[in-house]
Amino acid sequence: MVIVSEKAFQPWQVLADYESQRAGLQGQIGASAVFVGTMRTVNQGRTIEAMTLEHYPGMTEKYLKLVCSEAGEKWQILDSFVQHRYGRILPDEPIVLVAVWSQHRDSAFKACRYIIDELKTRAPFWKQEQTGEGSHWVEKNT
Amino acid sequence: MSIKVKYFASIREALGRSEDELAARPGMTVDQVWQTSAQIAVPANTIVSVNEEFSHWQQFVSDGDEVAFFPPVTGG
Repeated sequence: MVIVSEKAFQPWQVLADYESQRAGLQGQIGASAVFVGTMRTVNQGRTIEAMTLEHYPGMTEKYLKLVCSEAGEKWQILDSFVQHRYGRILPDEPIVLVAVWSQHRDSAFKACRYIIDELKTRAPFWKQEQTGEGSHWVEKNT
Repeated sequence: MSIKVKYFASIREALGRSEDELAARPGMTVDQVWQTSAQIAVPANTIVSVNEEFSHWQQFVSDGDEVAFFPPVTGG
C-alpha cells in the first residue's frame, strides 16, 4: 500500500488502522520493521521554520510502488506500507512512514531500509525549507 | 498531438511556469525538447523523465509523450 497525501498523519494510528483492516496475514507475521521520518528544525546549520514538499503526481506513486515491489523480490516479506506527505510541513510532523512485515526480523529490517533509501534517491519529491531569511530548495538529501 | 513538458521545484521557479505544450518533430530528443521549450541553459544536475520513467537527454520522444525536467530528488 502506498499513500501520498497532503494531510498530516499520525504514523502509529495509521499503522494501527491499516493492520486492523488488513486481511489474510493472521498468524504469519513474526517481525514488523517501521521507519518514520520527521521534520527537524536544524538542517546543515540552518534553523528551519517550515518546509514545503513538492512532488510529481503519478510518477511519485509509480516509483514508491516499484521500490516496494523490488523489496519484495529481494527479501521474503509479507507486506509493506509507505505513506509520504507533500505540501507544507511543520517541525516534528512526520514526513514519511515505511513499514514492512515478514516472518523473520532480518528481511523486515533490510526491506524497510531498502525502501526508505531508494525512496530518497528515486521518488520525485523536492523539499523547500523556510527560514527567517527566506526559502531555499534543498539541493541534496542528507 | 503534442508533447507535454513539465518542470518541477527549482527549475519550475527558474522558468516561472510548470508546463509547456510542444509540437513534436520527427527524431526529436529530450535535449531538443529542453532547447525548444525552456530556452535557458540547463541547470546543473537536471534529471529528466519520459512518461514518468527516469530517462536521458538523448532519448527520442514522440507525440503524446510527457517529458519532465527536475533537480535531484530530496524526499523522505
